[in-house]
Amino acid sequence: MTATDTHRAIDAVWRIESARIIAGLTRIVRDVGIAEELAQDALVAALEQWPESGIPDNPGAWLMATAKHRAIDHFRRNKLLERKHEELGRELQTQQEMAVANFEIAEDGDISDDLLRLVFISCHPVLSTEGRVALTLRLLGGLTTDEIARAFLVPEPTVAQRIVRAKRTLSEAKVPFEVPRGPDLVARLSSVLEVIYLVFNEGYSATSGDDWMRPALCEDALRLGRILAELAPNEPEVHGLVALMEIQASRAGARAGPGGEPILLLDQDRARWDQLLIHRGLAALERAERLGGALGNYAMQAAIAACHARARTAAETDWRRIASLYDALARLTPSPIVELNRTVAHAMAFGPAAGLELIDALVSEPSLKSYHLLPSVRGDFLFKLRRFAEAQTEFERGASLTRNARERELLLDRARACAEE
Amino acid sequence: MKFMMIVKSAERSGRPPQALMEAIDKLGQEAVKAGTMVASGGLAPTAVSTRVRLSGGQLTKVDGPFTEAKEVIGGYAVFELKSKEEAIEGAMRFMELHKKHWPGWEGETEIRQIFGPEEFASKA
Repeated sequence: MTATDTHRAIDAVWRIESARIIAGLTRIVRDVGIAEELAQDALVAALEQWPESGIPDNPGAWLMATAKHRAIDHFRRNKLLERKHEELGRELQTQQEMAVANFEIAEDGDISDDLLRLVFISCHPVLSTEGRVALTLRLLGGLTTDEIARAFLVPEPTVAQRIVRAKRTLSEAKVPFEVPRGPDLVARLSSVLEVIYLVFNEGYSATSGDDWMRPALCEDALRLGRILAELAPNEPEVHGLVALMEIQASRAGARAGPGGEPILLLDQDRARWDQLLIHRGLAALERAERLGGALGNYAMQAAIAACHARARTAAETDWRRIASLYDALARLTPSPIVELNRTVAHAMAFGPAAGLELIDALVSEPSLKSYHLLPSVRGDFLFKLRRFAEAQTEFERGASLTRNARERELLLDRARACAEE
Repeated sequence: MKFMMIVKSAERSGRPPQALMEAIDKLGQEAVKAGTMVASGGLAPTAVSTRVRLSGGQLTKVDGPFTEAKEVIGGYAVFELKSKEEAIEGAMRFMELHKKHWPGWEGETEIRQIFGPEEFASKA
């Protein structure tokens, strides 16, 4: 094996093992920042030694053992320091002794709990959203700072700083390394899900000219979601989010034309949808539903996505079910965008007049005032009702509001078509 | 990136040892927990398989077993991974289990990347 091969192999081992190593170390040293440094030390040791010695039979265990030795060194250094500065006192010493004793438990203990704690601490609400995203991708996704920077189109020092700041914040806030319980769990879990979905959407919004690290964020998010689903199998919303991401990801190959132009869901070639991901998405949704209770926000969105995934052709779409799911979603998490989608679903299920009635209630909504899709959708309903003059006005209004040139062209085309009727 | 791992060996290797089956099961569970394994399956013997072949403009249907084949595909798994190296590392671990639990067994795991939209996009 050449040195380059070995380095690549080490990269791969790191990708597979780093989260578990950092999680195990965090439990021992009680500080994510220190844990990551120790894990990095072990990685450096591997990079120095493996090209000579060859890759050990169990590379994960090797890295963990090396990192633990570094942890012991770290405690010893601190202990020396402690002798010099007696004010640090007995408390710290007891903590350290307990921590060293913890090594034994760590050998056989279930690493899953540590991983779950690491997920929760990386997505802690005390951190900024950017900090949560960067820390999660770094500690759990095994991405380098450079990879995160490329994926989010920001300079590397910015990401490095976000990570440093996040670690410092966690350390200063003395955030415990634990799985939240009781009422806390719901809020903390929703922070975790939000981070994962944000990563997914960032990847999903990538366009064809982008660095491949951007679309790869979808896979990173899916991997994190799938890990979380195994760590917290009784949380329906975790399965809901996984289902939503799997189904959305299944359309990745169909949602852009050869020139990179976006293709709307109903116009997509369904043969290009990834059936494996659809199958996995539907299975995850079923898991969420089986756990009982009312569907949460993600599971509900997944249920809507599933209606599309199940339809072999656009014409077979169960719009009545989608309309009723949007009704429920609008009650659960009301938002103008959900309302707008609801009008479309109702128009598809019950005809354009039903859609128009609902959308007219939205016209006065301040947050949609300059949103080009409102007049575009309303124009479409009016067109279908053969009210061409009104439709034309709406399409022209939509065209004046959008900043996307291609979309403006489309809307002006539709306005012209109205004039010809 | 998605990869398909295809496991090939002589068909008459006999029943795999129980310890191997358990170790493979554990490795598979770990991969599921790590969010990397998205599908897997074992294939029925070629004795109950059929090949439909087009050759020289002629379609022919041949029922198994295919005795001429030295090694046949016994199973597959689909992984979603960050790099080919990660796939190789996974295949190494899988084959190490065979080395440990089934002395004398010979075979291979072929690692094939499954093209996705991103690969097509990067070529465009």
